[in-house]
Amino acid sequence: MTVIHPNLKQTEAKMRASDVSVYYGDKKAIDEVSIDIPSEYVTAFIGPSGCGKSTFLRTLNRMNDTIPSARVEGLIELDGENIYTSAMDVVQLRARVGMVFQKPNPFPKSIYDNIAYGPRIHGLAETKDEVDEVVERSLRRAGLWEEVKDRLSDSGTALSGGQQQRLCIARAIAVDPEVILMDEPCSALDPIATAKIEELIDDLNGRYAIVIVTHSMQQAARVSQRTAFFHLGKMVEYGKTSDIFTNPIEQRTQDYITGRYG
Amino acid sequence: MSPITLFLIAFGLGLAGWLAARAKAWSFQQESGAKRMAARPNYHAWYVALWIVIPTLAFALIWTLAAPQLVIQSVLASEAASRLPEFGFQRESILSEARAVASGNAGSVFNPAAQEFVEPFREAINRYHLIGIAVAVVIAFGCGVASFLRLRPDFTARTRVERTVMAILLLASLVAILTTFGIFASLVFETFRFFGMVNPIDFLFGTFWGPDPMSNPDNPDGSRYGAIPLFWGTIYIGAVIAMIVAIPLGLMSAIYLTQYAHPKVRAWVKPTLEILAGVPTVVYGYFAALTVAPAIRDMAYSVGFTSASSESALAAGLVMGVMIIPFVSSMADDSIAAVPSAMRDGSLAMGATTSETIRKVLVPAALPGIVAGVMLAISRAIGETMIVVMAAGAAANLTGNPLEAMTTVTFQIVAMLTGEGSFDHPATLSAFALGFVLFMVTLGLNFVALRVVKRFREAYE
Repeated sequence: MTVIHPNLKQTEAKMRASDVSVYYGDKKAIDEVSIDIPSEYVTAFIGPSGCGKSTFLRTLNRMNDTIPSARVEGLIELDGENIYTSAMDVVQLRARVGMVFQKPNPFPKSIYDNIAYGPRIHGLAETKDEVDEVVERSLRRAGLWEEVKDRLSDSGTALSGGQQQRLCIARAIAVDPEVILMDEPCSALDPIATAKIEELIDDLNGRYAIVIVTHSMQQAARVSQRTAFFHLGKMVEYGKTSDIFTNPIEQRTQDYITGRYG
Repeated sequence: MSPITLFLIAFGLGLAGWLAARAKAWSFQQESGAKRMAARPNYHAWYVALWIVIPTLAFALIWTLAAPQLVIQSVLASEAASRLPEFGFQRESILSEARAVASGNAGSVFNPAAQEFVEPFREAINRYHLIGIAVAVVIAFGCGVASFLRLRPDFTARTRVERTVMAILLLASLVAILTTFGIFASLVFETFRFFGMVNPIDFLFGTFWGPDPMSNPDNPDGSRYGAIPLFWGTIYIGAVIAMIVAIPLGLMSAIYLTQYAHPKVRAWVKPTLEILAGVPTVVYGYFAALTVAPAIRDMAYSVGFTSASSESALAAGLVMGVMIIPFVSSMADDSIAAVPSAMRDGSLAMGATTSETIRKVLVPAALPGIVAGVMLAISRAIGETMIVVMAAGAAANLTGNPLEAMTTVTFQIVAMLTGEGSFDHPATLSAFALGFVLFMVTLGLNFVALRVVKRFREAYE
């Protein structure tokens, strides 16, 4: 069912999903998706609205647990370890698999406290100096340090939309995750802010495994090295981004990337 | 009965006007054929009906208020009136007795002097009744015909009807506001009378409360009107003891209901909690006085506090706190639920546990709403009367011991107004001054609370 593009040489998977299905009540939102997510690349999920790409993304750090009617079947592994067992602590999992949301959602706290939140709850930084260091490092990595270093005590919600989103990325980085999931991180931003986020994703590439859901095919082409095309709850095709965009195998992929629907 | 007749005339003619106008508008529509009318026939009908009903009802209202005065005047103009006693009270009673017999509310007169006024009264009442009906009919017809003649196919009846409806709605919302001003004005008036007799400084800062309604009203002893013990009792019971109960319990129940409760549990716990808010306060009063207060006294005895009183601030405060729980919890519930779920997801996605998310993100974000809820709850608690009347006692003690009897502003208002004293006496008037202070404090609290809530809402919209 899923076409794996022949040019894709399987490298070692950071996360591996095998025959994953997700139900909301009786409705099947994801139908037997299997995918290997590499550790050293950016992987993009593309597809029309309602195709299940966000739902699938949220299974990777068990955020679907917060929806009472959602049910996940199949196997999802992080470094070969099943994340849907009772032995896997969801708190630890989410510290290792961070997430950035569609709409920037900084906490109504200061910029400093937004970043310090994660390290504090996970006990990664205890003293003031340690926290200061984590805050500076995370903001630097997110490319936000120069803009906010003089007003760390201002509220995070007072920043512009693009800055808020970079703050959320910095917040996710602060707990030193292995994987960062981004759910349409630029859909609420203007083109300049979008460009900055894309630049940031490029910078972070290699340090973290990044999975990005996006509506924009140009964005997928710009930032990712792997692309998976989702349609109606199924993963239709998966391969190197360049192959998917220039040489798709499935007709539906071809139709989508040439803008025939979606 | 005159008012009912007038109302029937207004609505009867209104209905007639409605039907007539509708028929006429229909005929316009038939004639004009394809051409569209500016408004649909029903709006023409309502236009005429409103023009008939509103002026006629306005007249009916004025007439109902004015007619009794006119009746009295015409009776007093009769020659028998010259034989009425001069003294106001006797005069009043004779007249009101005669009126009762004349209008059929009483069978026969008790005071023979009233007998000769029965007939003039009956005549006058009948005369003004007929005049009222005649004028109402004239007004209704006049307005009805005038408005009916304005109907044209291109007449914009709809916009006019809608404007009128809006005016009616505005009037309805003004009633409550104007009443508040009226209450305020009457309080201010009586309060100034009181402060003319007792120095405001003595009242606001004195520490002894013991008004004597039997003392000479012309020379009140200002030192007996120190309201500090009452303010203290009010704050201690309503804002301290009650809040120690209500804030933690209300907040915790709100957190449980919004974050942990299964939808099925929430579906019956939340309405049950809200029913608490509907229990009459007098029932809480029974509970406080008959169950809680004796239990507290016995417990205090058993641990050696032999001075414990059978009426205590603690009993009243505890029960009041329970009464307030639904207010705190429903405000807290609303404001926690108003925190965007993105905030909660963001925290959970950081690997925070549910309780960390609640403590560090949701409650701080919802804090303004929660604070506002607490302030509204306090303003309700300090205005609460029945529980303290029944359970807190009447002694104006200035003490921090919750096992002693205390009294509150509301209790003293009741005590002063239901006593034997006359309305000219400062002891009675002090009730108005107390009410004024209470009114100002609760008004201030509500004002601040609503401002806080408003700013909080803006932050997320």
